[in-house]
Amino acid sequence: MTDTNRMLAVVPDPAPPELARTLDLAGFAWKAVAGINDAAETEPEGGWAGMIVDATDDIDAAWSFLRTTRKHQGSAIPTLLLVAGSQLPELEHRDELFDDFCLSPFHPSELEARLRHLLAAETEIQQADLVEYGDLVLNLETYQASIAGRPLDMTYMEYELLKFLAQNPGKVFTREILLSRVWGYEYYGGARTVDVHVRRLRAKLGEEHAGLIQTVRSVGYRFGQSRWNS
Amino acid sequence: MLEQQREYVLRSVEERGVRLIRLWFTDVLGNLKSLAISPAELDNALSDGMTFDGSSIDGFSRVQEADVLAMPDPDTYEVLPWGDPAAPEARIFCDIHRLDGTPFPGDPRQVLRRHVKAAHEAGLTFYLAPDIEFFYFKDPVRGVPPVPVDDGGFFDLTTHDVTGELRKQTIRTLESVGIPVEYSFHEDAPGQQEIDLRHTDALTMADSVMTFRLTVREIAARNGVHATFMPKPLEGKQGSGMHLHMSLFRGDENAFYDADDGYHLSATAKSFMAGLLRHASEITAVTNPTVNSYKRLVPHFEAPVHISWARNNRSGLIRVPIAKKGNPLATRIEYRSPDATCNPYLAFSLILAAGMRGVREGYELPDEADANLFEIGDDVLEKLGIGQLPQSLSDALRTMENSELASEALGEHIHEWFLRNKRSEWRAYKTHVSAFELDRYLTSL
Repeated sequence: MTDTNRMLAVVPDPAPPELARTLDLAGFAWKAVAGINDAAETEPEGGWAGMIVDATDDIDAAWSFLRTTRKHQGSAIPTLLLVAGSQLPELEHRDELFDDFCLSPFHPSELEARLRHLLAAETEIQQADLVEYGDLVLNLETYQASIAGRPLDMTYMEYELLKFLAQNPGKVFTREILLSRVWGYEYYGGARTVDVHVRRLRAKLGEEHAGLIQTVRSVGYRFGQSRWNS
Repeated sequence: MLEQQREYVLRSVEERGVRLIRLWFTDVLGNLKSLAISPAELDNALSDGMTFDGSSIDGFSRVQEADVLAMPDPDTYEVLPWGDPAAPEARIFCDIHRLDGTPFPGDPRQVLRRHVKAAHEAGLTFYLAPDIEFFYFKDPVRGVPPVPVDDGGFFDLTTHDVTGELRKQTIRTLESVGIPVEYSFHEDAPGQQEIDLRHTDALTMADSVMTFRLTVREIAARNGVHATFMPKPLEGKQGSGMHLHMSLFRGDENAFYDADDGYHLSATAKSFMAGLLRHASEITAVTNPTVNSYKRLVPHFEAPVHISWARNNRSGLIRVPIAKKGNPLATRIEYRSPDATCNPYLAFSLILAAGMRGVREGYELPDEADANLFEIGDDVLEKLGIGQLPQSLSDALRTMENSELASEALGEHIHEWFLRNKRSEWRAYKTHVSAFELDRYLTSL
């Protein structure tokens, strides 16, 4: 599980549109920062969860930024670097300045996978037994859930689906992904099964909270608020 | 997965403080049966099942093979929304097995499982969405005609609110047990309601219909009202049916949809419909299982009489509703004869079996019958090849008895028992002298 609630810093400001869009659809919380002072001033309580530095336009500025941040940090913030293919030779002997890199233009799924992998080590330690979002509380230890203090009784599959969604708030999932992650590939029902269970979950959440699970037209579902355009 | 489900159920029961677990199953006639166990028994029941005397259940074992095993299906674990919140109760649907672990042939849920599995093996999932009608009456008195709780004819706002409130409470309760409702409204007749359920797979829907009937009655009873699914409780008024909207899905694709067809119906949809039409009479005893069911299947009350199909003709047996915005996923057919007194497991089994036979053998769909069939003479209908549904329970039983499809789809055990049981119901009815006969013959003959 990745803790998507913690903030990522993205350099430069404004963030390249394709990068912004990918982070939003993946459900990451992030903020663009212009430079070292900006990053220091807007650093959230508890620190940046990670950094994405796009070096494709100005690689020298990127190195300078990274050298400074690494010098000032006690423990390094997990950092992903975006570089163009022609810039690859620049990476040599600079291993200490970044943790992973991705070629730009990037494939959104690759970028997302690399980020999650990068952040996983740190967030695993913080993984809690309680998942909370607004009025919803899920206790992963006891399988009990409540909404606005009222117990939420679910079947096993409803619980598994809600757990998966609530652990990844803000992220848009296709039906296929939900089917494979929650039901497993051996399930024969097709993506319609997902729709049926989402409708049941919404019914149980009650009218007031049914909106927790949003339908994203011709894509799939998202739990909680989007960080993109709405 | 099964291990995790068991763990989930056991832990939930413990954490939630559930005091009693009701193991639910259904007899051949469609009555809900329940074995109550304490939480301490649950672990054992989930792994080994609970033994009980099957000969005490209608249509189950003969005396010499009396003991059967109720195996809880952990994915159907659900806390019941009524009763004392401080001592909650839960239910789990069960499959019935023989003591050697093989499926018990008298268990309707196992019959439906078999058909659902056969469809899956052909790559198909069967989805259903029933529109269920029923009446709210004042507490019935034996021998006295039922009195609706409101008079829809006068549209009395105060009493109308009573049924509106009841319906709202019922829907909230249904949704809390995972039965989403699509629409609901006051039907044409006084006291009559309709609640339309949102589609789901056939097995879950059969379980849902069982839960639905109990919920509607339970909520009504708590409010001092009697709810009934009896198909024709009021003479001269509309009856209560259970129209079934259905479709077959191949993975994520609606196997009933074809963009290039004038009706947007695929070859699969057409031969499925042809199968249903050809075998409709053979399965009617199960979809319409009471003497009273056939008093609903008469002209002029929006119930089907003729074996026909059409897009927008509510007198037909199958209607093809026009999908909203031509949505491929919403393309479906509506089978209009069943009523809610049927055993949903057996009814869905036979409908699926009839449709799938049409698909397998490539039955040809007859032409659409969009005229009002009640205005056409029988001789013309015969020329068009449009027959009628059975006129009585007796007719329906005779057709079912000779049906190789019904016998194969239900299994010999249930086919035989059902015929035997329903024949005796018909015999009991036949000896009854009705008010109609007295009024008509006593003085004139």
